[in-house]
Amino acid sequence: MSATFDKVADIIAETCDIPRENIKPESHAINDLEIDSLDFLDIAFAIDKTFGIKLPLEQWTQEVNDGKATTDQYFVLSNLSEQIDKLIAAKGA
Amino acid sequence: MRFEYFQMIDRIAALDVGGRWIRSVCTVPRESTIFEGHFPTYPLMPGVLLLECMAQTCGWLVTAINGFTAMPFLVGVKEAKFRTPVFPGDELEFEGKMVHEGSGYAVGGCEGRRQGKSVCEAQITYRVMTFPSPEFRKALIEWAERIDVPVAELVK
Repeated sequence: MSATFDKVADIIAETCDIPRENIKPESHAINDLEIDSLDFLDIAFAIDKTFGIKLPLEQWTQEVNDGKATTDQYFVLSNLSEQIDKLIAAKGA
Repeated sequence: MRFEYFQMIDRIAALDVGGRWIRSVCTVPRESTIFEGHFPTYPLMPGVLLLECMAQTCGWLVTAINGFTAMPFLVGVKEAKFRTPVFPGDELEFEGKMVHEGSGYAVGGCEGRRQGKSVCEAQITYRVMTFPSPEFRKALIEWAERIDVPVAELVK
């Protein structure tokens, strides 16, 4: 498990009061953890602050709505962590 | 304040879009049916309406920052505090700043003061979305002009 995933899982556990042991890399934030859109805003805020990035939520939503991406690509936590790592790398480039 | 229209802010006294900062002013009405219930013989400005003052103040800041291209909708409040009673006729000022500008959402912080002393504060989260209609946007711009938002400099 990546350090990024661990931080994301900690954020979700604290923000949504979900037991940390229930949050796994293969968990889907919406389908498995039942995080609603409002709680996900709090999570996004905490992720943005923690990692110094800006999760492109509007772009992701648009891609899902247009059928160009699935929610798994962005909301399965291992994938979300990879996206965060990419944003961190892009920031430092 | 115009309670009956839920227009809490009388005037935007200062706005610094680059510095992500705003200051609004308003006067609590001396007469209102609200005070007949809140409370009989002891009229107090409801805390929930102070919260709306803070939400509108930072909301104008978010709207100014995005050049009236999107509308902030209140979705969350944290750490709200109401430090002292506010009465009819009190003159208030609210100072708001951006805490974070996310993708499709924004978080602001606001403090209300009376004669320089803090009366309330809160952290406020907005979902920032396109206007529901061009008419809505037009109405908001007209409202902004009435309270001295420098619309001409801001509208994109």
